[in-house]
Amino acid sequence: MEPIIETRDLSKSFGSFKAVDNLSFTIGHGDVYGFLGQNGAGKSTTMRMMLGLIYPDSGNIYINGTEFNNSRRHLLSQIGAIIERPDMYGYLSGYENLKIFAALSDKNIKADRLHEVLEIVGLRGREKDKVKAYSQGMKQRLGIAIALVHKPALLILDEPTNGLDPQGIAEMRMLIQSLSRDHGKTILISSHLLYEIEQIATSMIIIHKGRKVVEGKVNTLLNPDDSLVEVMINPVEEITLKLASSAWYENIHAFEPNMITFKMNPKQIPQLNRWLVSEGIDVLEIRSKHSLEAYFLSLTNDSVIKN
Amino acid sequence: MIQLLKIELYKIFKRPRTYISFGIITAIVLVIQLAMLSDGKSFLGFVMSGVNEQFDIQGNVLNGYLVTYIILQSLLIHIPLLVALVAGDALAGEAAGGTLRLLLTKPISRAKLVLMKFTSSFIYTVLLIIWLAIVGLFGSLLLFGPGDMINLKSDAFVMLLQHDVMWRYMMAFLFATLAMTTIASLALLLSAFADNSIGPIVSTMGIVVVITILSNLELPLFDKIKPFLFTTHMIGWKGFFDDPVPYGAIGFSALVMFLYTVVFLAATIFYFNKKDIKS
Repeated sequence: MEPIIETRDLSKSFGSFKAVDNLSFTIGHGDVYGFLGQNGAGKSTTMRMMLGLIYPDSGNIYINGTEFNNSRRHLLSQIGAIIERPDMYGYLSGYENLKIFAALSDKNIKADRLHEVLEIVGLRGREKDKVKAYSQGMKQRLGIAIALVHKPALLILDEPTNGLDPQGIAEMRMLIQSLSRDHGKTILISSHLLYEIEQIATSMIIIHKGRKVVEGKVNTLLNPDDSLVEVMINPVEEITLKLASSAWYENIHAFEPNMITFKMNPKQIPQLNRWLVSEGIDVLEIRSKHSLEAYFLSLTNDSVIKN
Repeated sequence: MIQLLKIELYKIFKRPRTYISFGIITAIVLVIQLAMLSDGKSFLGFVMSGVNEQFDIQGNVLNGYLVTYIILQSLLIHIPLLVALVAGDALAGEAAGGTLRLLLTKPISRAKLVLMKFTSSFIYTVLLIIWLAIVGLFGSLLLFGPGDMINLKSDAFVMLLQHDVMWRYMMAFLFATLAMTTIASLALLLSAFADNSIGPIVSTMGIVVVITILSNLELPLFDKIKPFLFTTHMIGWKGFFDDPVPYGAIGFSALVMFLYTVVFLAATIFYFNKKDIKS
């Protein structure tokens, strides 16, 4: 089956700054595809290029096998998107906003459908309120409704959890999971919240300085044995010798007098803790980094990991 | 296209600040009408002191037609500003509000969006001029009554008979619509360059003021370019109150402004089609 999105050697510069550099990747139908990178890595620029908001300097984008620039209008009718925060017309109600953007979607969308998507995103009962009175979470939900209303096969969501409180983030996560599971949408999602991506993504790509670092299935890329476990201790002089002669030596990822970072499966933490205590080392704190966070940092931020 | 136009008009007329322009026009016109009601006769006596020495003028000189003429002259700068408020905000306001990126992720062409922004600005301009005609012309006729109209120029004195005036106003309002459409197209062009509304509105007014000054400067240096400045032609509506009406000059003025409008609109589409939407 043809990928729903394919980018080939996509590049874009702003002045002397190369935002996206020969980026190629593919997204299959039904995937929830995490798009990760530091601030300025090129995520938003790439997503904007996929939506025709920014023109690539070189390279091509294919949606369902069709080159984007050759059939922009037709392809956009198959995509729903939120880019950064979903800004809408504050002086209009949620329903009026939804109706306006639905009318622009090239499809004859009836009032029933508008109410249906308001139900899906949990805005029924508040649709007549002016958008300027909405909370950030409600605006994000309305943004999702606008992205969904014309029944697109593909959703492109750029930082959909931006500005949301923890409850809003959890609700958004459940909504996205439901869209994928119950409505069969393919979703490309970027977020700074790596834990959230880890929860919902089936595949992911990590880009760094505009270039692809890694791409693949989440369960293949994230080996639990590669999790980083940070142990804070009271510094002890003979710790180096004790570690060197132990079985844990091979797991050491970084070492500082008061903190040792191990690369290991978090299930082994109780075992490690028992060994440290048995060696008379005072353990102040043990912290397991989420595996995606650890993986992400190991690929994109060399300074964090000290070998 | 029609759907997009309906949406653009819906957005314009659902926004409370759109009606501020209509309120401003009403307020200015009312102030001038009240001033003319209270001091009009002494004002008229002053400006016509030279004429009164040579002619014996009788009848209702301070009538609705004359007051409307005074109102139109007073609003020379205000109306372009009110037009720029909407047209200058058309694209830049969407960019500043973040709605432009959402709009352009929908299956609409950028050229069509610009054309519909222009058309909706044009319709707003037409409605503004119609409102000006209602409160300015018909309001003045109601307050001051009709009569023969005196058009005092710096070097001439034109007397127009009552039955010969109304059609001249209709043509003048039509001409003013064209002039304001040129301003709207300039504001729209500047709006495409900006990501905030204030910039294009201020820039439009700045350009209008500077070029108007150039148009009015009696310096030989500018004589050659004056016929090609659109501000030189914006006051062409006054020609309809001459006798005989200088149709050739009015037609040339209309042509210049029409060409400016086409060039501004084409430049907007060209630029906006290539613009990266980063806002």
